[in-house]
This record gives sequence, structure tokens and C-alpha cells, in this order.
Amino acid sequence: MRFPMRSLGIVLTSALALTACSNGGGDDDAASTAGAASCAPSSGPVTLNYTTWIPGIEKVVKVWNDANPNIQVKVQTGPNGNGGTYQNFFNQLKAGNAPDLGHIEYDALPSFRVQDGLENLAGCSEVTAAKDQFVDWTWGQVTFGEENSVYGVPQDAGPMALFYRKDLFEKNNIPVPTTWDEYAAAAEKVKSAGGYITNFSQSDINQFAGLSWQAGGRWFANDGAKWTVNFADENTTKVANYWQGLIDKKLVSAVPPWTTEWDNAYNTSKAWTWVSAVWGANSIMSGAPDTSGKWAVAPMPQWTAGGTVAGNWGGSATAVFKGSKHPYEAAKFALWLNTSEEALTMLNSEAQLYPATKAGASLPALKQGVEFYGGQPIYDVFAQASTQVAADFVWGPTMTSTYATASDGFKGAVSGSTTLPDALKKAQDATIQNLKSQSIPVAE
Amino acid sequence: MKLNRIAPMVIMGACTLYFLVPIWWLLVAASKSRSEFSSTDPLWFADFALMDNLRELFAYRDGVFLRWLGNSIVYTGGAALLGTVLAAMCGYALAKYRFPGREAIFNVVLSGVLVPATALALPLFLIFSQFNATNTFWSVFLPSLVNPFGVYLARIYASASVPDELLEAARLDGSGEVRTFFTVSSRLMFPALVTIFLFHFVAVWNNFLLPLIMLGNERLFPVTLGLYTWNTQVNQYPEVRMLVLTGALVSIVPLVIAFLLLQRFWRNGLGSGAIK
Repeated sequence: MRFPMRSLGIVLTSALALTACSNGGGDDDAASTAGAASCAPSSGPVTLNYTTWIPGIEKVVKVWNDANPNIQVKVQTGPNGNGGTYQNFFNQLKAGNAPDLGHIEYDALPSFRVQDGLENLAGCSEVTAAKDQFVDWTWGQVTFGEENSVYGVPQDAGPMALFYRKDLFEKNNIPVPTTWDEYAAAAEKVKSAGGYITNFSQSDINQFAGLSWQAGGRWFANDGAKWTVNFADENTTKVANYWQGLIDKKLVSAVPPWTTEWDNAYNTSKAWTWVSAVWGANSIMSGAPDTSGKWAVAPMPQWTAGGTVAGNWGGSATAVFKGSKHPYEAAKFALWLNTSEEALTMLNSEAQLYPATKAGASLPALKQGVEFYGGQPIYDVFAQASTQVAADFVWGPTMTSTYATASDGFKGAVSGSTTLPDALKKAQDATIQNLKSQSIPVAE
Repeated sequence: MKLNRIAPMVIMGACTLYFLVPIWWLLVAASKSRSEFSSTDPLWFADFALMDNLRELFAYRDGVFLRWLGNSIVYTGGAALLGTVLAAMCGYALAKYRFPGREAIFNVVLSGVLVPATALALPLFLIFSQFNATNTFWSVFLPSLVNPFGVYLARIYASASVPDELLEAARLDGSGEVRTFFTVSSRLMFPALVTIFLFHFVAVWNNFLLPLIMLGNERLFPVTLGLYTWNTQVNQYPEVRMLVLTGALVSIVPLVIAFLLLQRFWRNGLGSGAIK
């Protein structure tokens, strides 16, 4: 008697859910249009919803709202993308009430693209005209290298460089490495001086992606019909073998990143360098306050002597969601937010965002010497690095699960149960499986 | 003989330690400045900076944390209070009135106990979307009102503790059903109601996914979601770490107060249920 009743309850509940789903889907179909949006201005006053987790964004938006009484922007907020906001975006797209604008990191853009969640802004002449204002590779991140497509306005970038303890390198007569070979040689010397050259990030795969990006690894490709997944190409394998070598010789530490132990390793001079993105400057400053004045920044070590290639770690775009009734106004706001000097200055001072525009690199705040880094104008190094990032690196549509499998493997490599190249191979297989299970076409 | 007493004491001591150490850690961590947090012994105090941390926490972003705390108290306290009344009335009716379909209703409600709140969050979001009611106070408050487990407890307790003869007597004296419920039956059920209230309070407080999915307006967040939001930003903005820690410490205070005030009734309720 009891059992069938229980099932009935469950059936009722799921029926309710299904009805809701199918209704939501209906709205979606009605709103979707083929190709680029027409991008015509709306008549009359417009209110836009904008979801982001940038701290202090309200102040920036207020400047816009005061100057544009007919295009008012309302800010919604939440946890960072992978912390729940991306999932919310997908739910809202399904329910037909997504915000007009959303903050999406570069590595998550393709997942929205394959779900047909983004408005193509290539129909907005203002947007396509702004192309030359942006650093080439950031534009590549929002167009996916396709013709006639712009799926967001680049907001910030994470060009990488080498943070190092200038005082310790000088004291121990270790030259600042300019190539990865020199970096490995320096690692031996640092070890004999009682430190580690750096900490290998075992659970944040983004850093490794940036290192592969620099070396010429290309993890994903999309020819318009099918995705190609390759975490085992020559260049990625080169990087993996290199770091596996450092791990095997115990030249790098492996505390979990973003923890207090990790901070402490830098604060107590146990770790001497960090190959990281521009926003890492702030991480070291707040994580290792006792080492103020002792750091400096140099360009990333190169694979070939005299080379000038940098990697990128992080960065995001402002995207317009499918179904927005005001794509023109939304695009206009996104352009102002990410190209105007007043907005970029505020985004930098409120949230340390490093602009994706060429002109943004010359903001007054990014030209000054930084006391923590011995007065060095460190952002000059990053400005140069930003121009040296290859433009053809494409992210896949399932990065969250790819990161998860890769990070499991990386932890295994650190503890000795597997190796980095094997972990990457495994992550590749899992990613292909995952794409197939979502009916995303994969070439093998 | 002695061993008989020592062994349980050791086990209970270990359990107490196990449960108290995280809270102790939190208290110690929240009392440190950011640089001392990563460089000093995690289980003992350094310079006492709790007051500075609190001041910073309450001032950050125009005091949004206090607003979250207030929201949490309204969401959980309000929903638990109203939800307890609803559950009590429903359970009482199922226990004391005979009507066709009574068992069927009860079984459907019981099946609701088996459906986790997390599984319902997304369907609820889609339903509320139909009415353009997401991102409102009601989108979190209304779904939090229902509590099938409370109905179950109320029914069991009502049939055990409210004698039919008493209801008969009340009817003979001319009391209406509603009045009887509020003046007689609910008094008899009081220990059970406290238990239901506490269960409900904790369930709503812990239902994290519903506000996460429903809300985008920071001024409507409950404190759990707000702290989580900050915590996801710690990698990029390490300066919020101390705010998260201090906020976590402050946010357990209402729970501790609720339990200290009500535990007397709760023990009473569980115990008296056991005898009958």
C-alpha cells in the first residue's frame, strides 16, 4: 500500500518539473534567431540586467547610469562563475529569464556557445568596429576564430610573467632565468640554498593551461562541425615532461594552491618564484605581507633562448545572452564598460582587473612603480606579455569537468602514483567521453 | 569496573573534541589579522584583532553582512514559525479527523520526506520563472514554509498526546474546532512543536541551493549564500578571507541562541515521546 503511494508522489513531482521545463523551452525557441542579431536600437528608455561577481561593480555602473538616463543597468550578483553563477545562467536561459548581460570567463564561453546561450554581436557595427581596440588574442577568445561572430566583449586579461624573490636570487648569485632550461638549473641551486623554486599547482589546472598555451599547446579546436581534443600534442607533452622532471627531483613543493599553507610558503621564503598572471601580484601582496619590497617581476622563461612568447591565465568577457530584448543597448554598455578609460580605471582600482584593451595597458595606475615589488613598474612587464600571447588558443565546451579529471591526475602525479603526461591523456579521454555524452560532435 | 567508566568517557571526550575543535579554530582564526592568520599557530591566539575584524565586516559594502543576517533570521525564523503552525494543523487533522483519503494524503506527504530539498530547487526555479517571481523575497520564503517531516511528527505526536475524550469534552462545551486546536490541542502538542520548529529552522537555514538558484539581488541573500559568495572570491581577492571567517563566526550565533533557548523543550519532547 505504502510503496505505490510513494512512487505516485515522486511521479507527481517530476511531472510538475517536466511541465515547467517544457514551458521554459518554448519561450527559448521563440526568442532564438539564426545568425547574428539584428542589433537595432530600442525606442524609449531601456533597463538592462547585468549579472557579475566583480566586487565594487555598483560604483562603475552608477557612473554609466548617471550619464545614460535612457539605458539603466541593474546589477545582480552571486558567487563566481564555477561557484554557481554559470549554472544559474544555464537555468535562467532554460527558463527564459536570463539577464541581458553576464560576466563569463574565457574558458567558459564555449560551453555557453554550444548551448546556444549567447547573442552574436557581429551584427552590431559598434562592436565589430571596436575590434582594433582590443589586444588580438582577447578578441580571438570571444570570436573563437570564426568569421562573422562576436560572442562577447573582452573585459580583462591574465598575461603571465615570472614573479621572483629578487633579494634571494641576488644573495645566492643565481641569475634570473630567461629560459626554462635556466629555470630548471636555478631550481637546483634554490634547492641547495634550502628553498623551492616554486610550488607546482596540483589542483588548479588553469596555470598549467597557461604554460601549455605559451609552449604552443592547443588543447581544443573546432572546425565548425566537430571538436578536436588534444591534451597530448608535442608541445603540451613537452611542458608536462618538464614539470614531471622537477617533481621527480623534488625541486618544487606541492602544497594545495590558494590555501594558507601556500601563502605561508611564500611568506616564509620557502618558495622563491611563481609563474603567474598579472592578478597574481595581488595574491602575493596579500598572502606574503612579510616579504614586501623583496619581489620583482621578469618576463616568463622561454622555450627557445631569445624567444618572446607569453602565456595567459584567466580573463573574462561581458557577454549578451540570447533572448535579450535590447542587444544594441547591452552591447553599447559592454563596450563602455570595457573600453572607456573611466570604467577601466575604476575596474582596476576596485577589483584589480587588468584591461583587455591596448590602450588600457597605459592607464596611469598601471604605469606606477609598486612598492611591494621594490618600486618596479611591474605592469610594464605584463603589458608587454599581453602582446605576446598567441591568439589561436581555444577552450573546450566542458572545461569544468576537464579541470576536475585533470586535477585528480595531477594530484596523483604529485604523490607519485601517475605522471603528468598520463594524467593529461586520461583527462583527454574523459573529456571526449563527456562531449559525446552531451551529443557534442567530436573528431577522433 | 573502572574500565567500564573510563572507556565511555574517553569516547565521548574524543567526540566532544572532534566537534568543538572546528569551532575553536574558527574563533581563533577570526580573532587574527590577515598576516597573522597564515603565519601563526592555527589553534592559538595571536594579537587579538577580533574587534577590528568585526568592525571591518560590518562596514564592508555598506554593511551588507548585517542585512544578510537579518534576512536569514526572517527567512528561517519566519518560515519555521509559520511552517510549524501549518505542519501542526495538518498533522493534527490527519491524526484526529476521519475522512476519506486520509491515509492517501498522509502517504503522499510522507513521500515528500524522501524527496531532498536540493532536488526541488530547480523545478521550483522554473515554476517561479513562469510567474516572474524569481529573485524576490517570496521565491525563497514560500517554498521554505512546507515541511513534510513536521507533518509526520505532528501526526504521530497528536495521536499519542491529545486524547479523543478531551476533544469530545471541548465540543460538548461548545468550542469550535479551530479554537479547540489553538487553546487545547496545541498546548498538549507543545513539546513536539518545539522539536518541529527546531528541525524546520535548521532545514531552512541549511537549504543553501534554493537561494543560490533563486536570488541575484545581493540585498536579499541569506547569510549562508552571502558568505559563500565572498568565499568563492578569495582566490582573486584574498582580502575578503578574514571577512568570510569573521562572518562565519558571527553567523553561527543565532543558531547557538536558538538551540540554547529551546533545547530544554526539545529534550522534554523527545523524552516524553519515548515513554508513550
